Amino acid sequence: MTAPLVPPGRRVRPAPVGGARGRAGSVLAPVGFGVLVVLVWQLVVVTAGVPAFLLPAPTAIAAQIGGQFAVIVDTAAVTGSNALVGLVAGFLVGFVLAVLASSFRVVSDLTTPIVFAASAVPIVALAPVFTTMFGSTTETPRRLVVAVVVIVPVFVSTARGLRAVRPVHAELMTALAATPGQFARYVRLPGAVPFIMTGLRLAAPAAVIASIVAEYFGGLQNGLGSRITSAAANTAYARAWAFVVASIVLGLLFFLAGLLAERLATRGRPV
Amino acid sequence: MSVTAAVELAGLDKHFGDVHALDGIDLTVADGEFVSLIGPSGCGKSTLLRVVADLEEPTGGSAVVAGKSPRQARLDQEYGMAFQAAGLLEWRTVAENVELPLQVHGAPKVQRRARAAELLALVGLADFARSRPAQLSGGMQQRVAIARALAPSPRLLLMDEPFGALDEMSRERMQAELLRIAGETGAAVLFVTHSIPEAVVLSDRVVVMSPRPGRITEIVGGCRPGAGTADLAPEHIDDVRESSTFFAAITAVREALRKGHDS
Repeated sequence: MTAPLVPPGRRVRPAPVGGARGRAGSVLAPVGFGVLVVLVWQLVVVTAGVPAFLLPAPTAIAAQIGGQFAVIVDTAAVTGSNALVGLVAGFLVGFVLAVLASSFRVVSDLTTPIVFAASAVPIVALAPVFTTMFGSTTETPRRLVVAVVVIVPVFVSTARGLRAVRPVHAELMTALAATPGQFARYVRLPGAVPFIMTGLRLAAPAAVIASIVAEYFGGLQNGLGSRITSAAANTAYARAWAFVVASIVLGLLFFLAGLLAERLATRGRPV
Repeated sequence: MSVTAAVELAGLDKHFGDVHALDGIDLTVADGEFVSLIGPSGCGKSTLLRVVADLEEPTGGSAVVAGKSPRQARLDQEYGMAFQAAGLLEWRTVAENVELPLQVHGAPKVQRRARAAELLALVGLADFARSRPAQLSGGMQQRVAIARALAPSPRLLLMDEPFGALDEMSRERMQAELLRIAGETGAAVLFVTHSIPEAVVLSDRVVVMSPRPGRITEIVGGCRPGAGTADLAPEHIDDVRESSTFFAAITAVREALRKGHDS
């Protein structure tokens, strides 16, 4: 009777880069590369006289960020809160569906194909429809779009985690005469946590993308996505780029928060 | 002391489809007795243990565990079980792993804590109560698994090759540890192993089995040192390992195994 030490699919964390120098290097190298890219960008734009509609200079974008900072923060907060609300709602729905699907065969048969079908729905197709359904004076359509995007990875990874019970743990709980509820509480759910958090980590940046893209299709003009479209439409290219930079920062924030949550939840576990 | 035996098997049969895994097994394990099951792969020794644990249903014959049906014995936590893989829950601390059987049976938290501390002291891991299983060596994890099996103070310990994955040195240390624990708790042990010296040094009796169909070929007396004593010195076990009775018993088991193979 041999049980695999690592359940199939469990993510293997790469070995840490040795020493303080390695860690500093892993931060410095990409930062240095980024700085180099921006410098070359600036140089090319200035020396070759690239027109602003094609590519504004980094200095022009930085000036816009400085001048519009309060607006950028406000719009990023709107887009960010839509992404967060949608992320939480989508996470809850995806999680509950996966728990039900793993507990009841009939729920699994009903939901699994639908969730996978949902993963094939392009958000650009949903956004205008939702905007029309709920009207253009509410954040609801954007949050719904985010939720739909989030449900899929959360459902898939949670369902996978709930199935990843090691045989020896199942036998142990049988030998202990544990009830199905105790089995779920003490083994199945805690064992699935790393998988669930991986789903959350994948879903977090996707939530920001969905939140921004949903704004491209009308509705309230208060988020990053709508500011990018309107700035571009008004030929204010440097301003559009300033909001793009803010979108990137927001996406990174969500990505890092997801990564941190995953690391915290899997602390002390063999990987 | 109760009068019922820890395990009583009579004419036990188990078929898996066409495979005759166990054939007419008669075996009694007395209270506090240490009995090993040894035999080649596929001789049904693990199946026998699993029938006692109510993880498999016998297809014939009768099994009585602690005076009850195996199912009732399982529900009443009359036995504790240790597997080849320690099978600790890696998201729990060592102490929380030991508490698990008590938690499943709804023991209050304070009582669970105290019992876990007591058992971790017994297996020599008091300092590791708050560690995670991943921080422990294989031998230490197996000791935690034994402490967990002992948590509900069972009359019977069922062990399925618990030291199979350990190196020879840790294995001998764990054998000494197990003998001391069995002596201190007075629990009967039904122990599945592949190793002849391990079976001989641990057991009161060594049950030799043969495959296809799984049968008991012979029962050989073991060399268990210090049965029923609470303080067993490790030197005592080493003495046993070097004694002539130990080698005689090893020879007897080996011959019984060969006989089962030839028949």
